[in-house]
Parts: sequence; structure tokens; C-alpha cells
Amino acid sequence: MTENLKIPKQAARQYPKPPEGSWTEHYPELDTEPVSYENSISPEFFELEREAVFKRAWLNVGRVEQLKRKGSYFTKDIPGLKTSLIVVRGKDDKVRAFHNVCRHRGNKLVWTDYPAEEVSGTCRQFACKYHGWTYDLEGTLTFILQEGEFFGIDKSKYGLVQVHCDVWKGFIFVNFAAEPEQSLHDFLGPMITAIDYPFEKLTQRYYYRGDINSNWKIFHDAFQEFYHPPILHGHQNPVMRQTDYQDLGFYTSYFQAEGPHRVGSTSGGAGGKLVPEFYNPIEQVMRSGLFGPWDPSEIVTDQLPPGLNPGNKKNWGLDSFQIFPNFAIVFWETGWYLTYHYWPVTHNRLLFEANAYFTPPRNVRERLAQQLGIATIKEYALEDCGTLEATQMGLESRVVTQFPLGDQEFMCRHANKVINTWVADYQQKQAKG
Amino acid sequence: MANLLPAEFSDLEPFVADWCLDSEPERYAKRLSSTMGEIQAFYDAIMPRAEDAMVYLDRFPLDALPEDAVRLLKLLYSLILMSFAVEVWKQPYIPDTGTAQFELKIEPFP
Ligand code: FES
Ligand SMILES: [Fe+2]
Repeated sequence: MTENLKIPKQAARQYPKPPEGSWTEHYPELDTEPVSYENSISPEFFELEREAVFKRAWLNVGRVEQLKRKGSYFTKDIPGLKTSLIVVRGKDDKVRAFHNVCRHRGNKLVWTDYPAEEVSGTCRQFACKYHGWTYDLEGTLTFILQEGEFFGIDKSKYGLVQVHCDVWKGFIFVNFAAEPEQSLHDFLGPMITAIDYPFEKLTQRYYYRGDINSNWKIFHDAFQEFYHPPILHGHQNPVMRQTDYQDLGFYTSYFQAEGPHRVGSTSGGAGGKLVPEFYNPIEQVMRSGLFGPWDPSEIVTDQLPPGLNPGNKKNWGLDSFQIFPNFAIVFWETGWYLTYHYWPVTHNRLLFEANAYFTPPRNVRERLAQQLGIATIKEYALEDCGTLEATQMGLESRVVTQFPLGDQEFMCRHANKVINTWVADYQQKQAKG
Repeated sequence: MANLLPAEFSDLEPFVADWCLDSEPERYAKRLSSTMGEIQAFYDAIMPRAEDAMVYLDRFPLDALPEDAVRLLKLLYSLILMSFAVEVWKQPYIPDTGTAQFELKIEPFP
């Protein structure tokens, strides 16, 4: 048992860094200077970012399990682009995405009761609530009421406006560009496409969402560094209250960036391996907590799925993959995963989504362990939400304009750099015409 | 009238009306609208029975729980959310969270 007591110390130990001396300096495209967050407080930058990033990058909008059979659909609002999509499985089983706008007079085509809320279901066709124009599952306009009253109208020219759509490992991505600059596979690149995880087996889904008064990048940054948890979340449970964590801080065991994407891996050490005094009573009763069940799910074997633990570190606990621009997948050692989406609404508001995916519980005990795991997500995330609204206020004062980032904030620095690069690249292309 | 809870847990029936809630937003709203005294009384009643309740509930397949068992399970879902108020925060709300909202919109049942 005394051996177990040492685990927090190990977690606080500094892991070996690349030969350059730091993760940051390992990447020549990054410098070590203080950074500016003007890109997170400027309405003008936000307008640019919509065009340069959100209309050019591949964006994840959901998973294929949400489209179980032919005719299954869901709508997905993209608030920062002021648009809504219909994502649907066609008669040919292909997943397509369309703008959710009727070609007649622009009514939002698919919604129920509240025009601003997302819906899902199964249907054979989409009929507009306004004048009844009807589209098939492939987006073709099939019916115009009193068609003879229109002037030489050609139905084939009035199909739903399609959006580029492709699927990787069951994740449905869209791209709003007229012609995407890269295929989804090339965009994801080798680090992400190396991941071969049995996503299709984790069908038990919990979905959170929140509207938060902060720039999406400022918010995202708190989920791509492990520098803040011992402090901001330092009261959550006895592990977090450990003086080792609070005095020495927490060290990420591995960072990697590739193209616009990045990953951070950390050691395990929680998950029921410590002495009971390190857990809240409910955690001990339900064998779960920060974050998720202590007992491995049925997908866990002695071999990690390909692509995980890319740094090949001992005591692997989790990988937090950040897929540019606003999507993250977090894999946990006990065999479940989380996704986060950070959707900009305005320059200082975001829609934050968190999905947790588990294997279907085989009994009440497993069900409760999942429920406690997802409950901790909220207790942590709400602490982040409150604080990041405060950070946004501090930044918007513009009293301070340059901010030092440490090596533990490698992923924040990389993300900031990539956004600025994409925007600069877009501006250059625009200037050339 | 059928019992609200399985016979072994009939002493917990007074908690059913207030604490058997269908969704996470309802449970969280209940936490915020309750006094620490009310939350503590609920926690003190359910927590010592949680292990027994799990043993009892595991006799049934998850997708075929009788109604009284589902109520018992819902008490455990409420226990999870209330435990943070009792064990961590010593108050119903999470400190420093202001008006931020973060709600569970899709939650499996049971
Ligand atoms: S706007 Fe859709 S049918 Fe008229
Ligand atoms: Fe956090």
C-alpha cells in the first residue's frame, strides 16, 4: 500500500523532454515568446476566422451511430456560420450533408416546434412546412405544389445545397469550401489516421452542451493543458488535494504536433489504484470518478489500439487528441472515450459540447460507474466555464496584451500559432485574388 | 397500491416523491434549489444503502428492471449528483461558476 501512496509523486515528476530541452523548442515553427490573444477578443478577427478556418477546415458534426438506417437524419446547427445542416443516410446508405434551407423561399426545412433547436429522426423525404416543396434523401427536389404556376421551372436545378461530407472511423465530417483544398484523409494526416479504435463498440452515449461567454479558443485552451487542474480543480477530490499536485504541479508525459493537429498524453495513477483515503466516498462505492469507471471495459486488452499512446510512454493513462480546428477526442485507459466540440457563436461566445461514449453497460453497477464518471465531467467543466468567462473579461480589457506560456502549455501555443497561420494564409490568397 | 420501492428498501420511500427524477437537468436543478440540510438528509439516508441497492438491482437485466427497481436506481442517480454537494463543495452549487450552464441533453435510460 505504501507503494501506491507514491503515485501522485510520480505524476508530479518531470518527464524527459526532447533533446532541444523543451516540447516547444522541439518544433522550429514555434517560438518561446509571449503570445497575443487579440485573435480571441477582436470581432474583426472572428469574421476572418469564419472564412479562413471554419469554411476551409473539415469539421466533425457527429457519428454514424446517429444515423442507424436509411432515412435516418439529424440536423446540426453551426452557429458561427449562421447555418444549419441536414445530415442524412440515403437509400444508397451513403451519408450526405445539406444546408437546411428550402430552395423555394428559404424556410429552414427540417425542425420541430422550435426553429432554433436541433432535431433527429427517420423519414422517406423532407417536406417543407411552408408550401410543401419536397426533397428526397439525396437532396433532389421531387415535388412542387401547383408546379404549373411557376415559370419554366426545372426541378433538377433546385435540389438542396450540398456540403462536402466524408466519414473517418464513423466520425462524420463536413467541409464548407466550394472545393476542399485537401481530402478528409489528407487533412487528418498520419497521426490521426493511425488511430484504429473500436469506436463502433462504444455506443452508450451521454451528451452535454453549454452556452458560454468566452471565445472558443480561450475555452479550448483550458482543455488542452494540464497545468491548471491542480489549482482550478484542486478541491474536487483527495487526489487533487494532494500537496504533491498543488505544490509541484502536474507534468504531461508526452506532446506531439503534426500539421494543425496535436496530442498530449498523461500517466494514469487515479482510477482506483491509490489507497481509499484518496477518493471521495461515492467513488469508492461506485468504483468510478475522475473521470470514468475504474474497471476496464470489454474493449481493453493488453495491447492498446493502434495510434494511441503515440509517445509509447509507460503508465499511460490518457491521450487528448486535438483535431483542428475545434474537435478533440480523449481516450482513457479503462476503455472509453470523450469528444469535445468548441463551436464559436460570436467572438466572445461559444457552444461547448461534450460527448462520452462507453460500451453498453452489462448491469446496474456498470451503468452507475458510467453515470458517476459523466457527473464528474460536469463538476469540472462548470469550474472551467466560470473561470473562462472571467478570462475573456480580463483579455477584453486589453490592459495586458502579451502573455507568457510555459512548456506545459505547448498545445495552447501550437493552437494559437496554427489559427494565425490559417488566417494569414487565407488573407494572402485573397490578396492574390 | 404497489410499493414504490422494493420491500428491502421501503424505509427509503419518503424520498421517492422528491428525489426520483428523470433527467440530469432536473437533478441538478433539485440540487440548486435544495438546502444543504435537505441534501445532507437525503445523502445520509441513501449513501449507507447504496452498496445493498446495487447488489439488489444487479439481480435484474438492465433493460428489464421492474418499476420499483427503476425508482431505486433513480435515487442512486440523484445520490451521485448530491454527493458532490456533500463530499466536495459543502454547498449545493459549484463555487465560482457564475451563471454558466452545462446540461446533459442525452442520457441513456435506464
Ligand atoms: S419556402 Fe419551402 S416550400 Fe416555400
Ligand atoms: Fe479544467
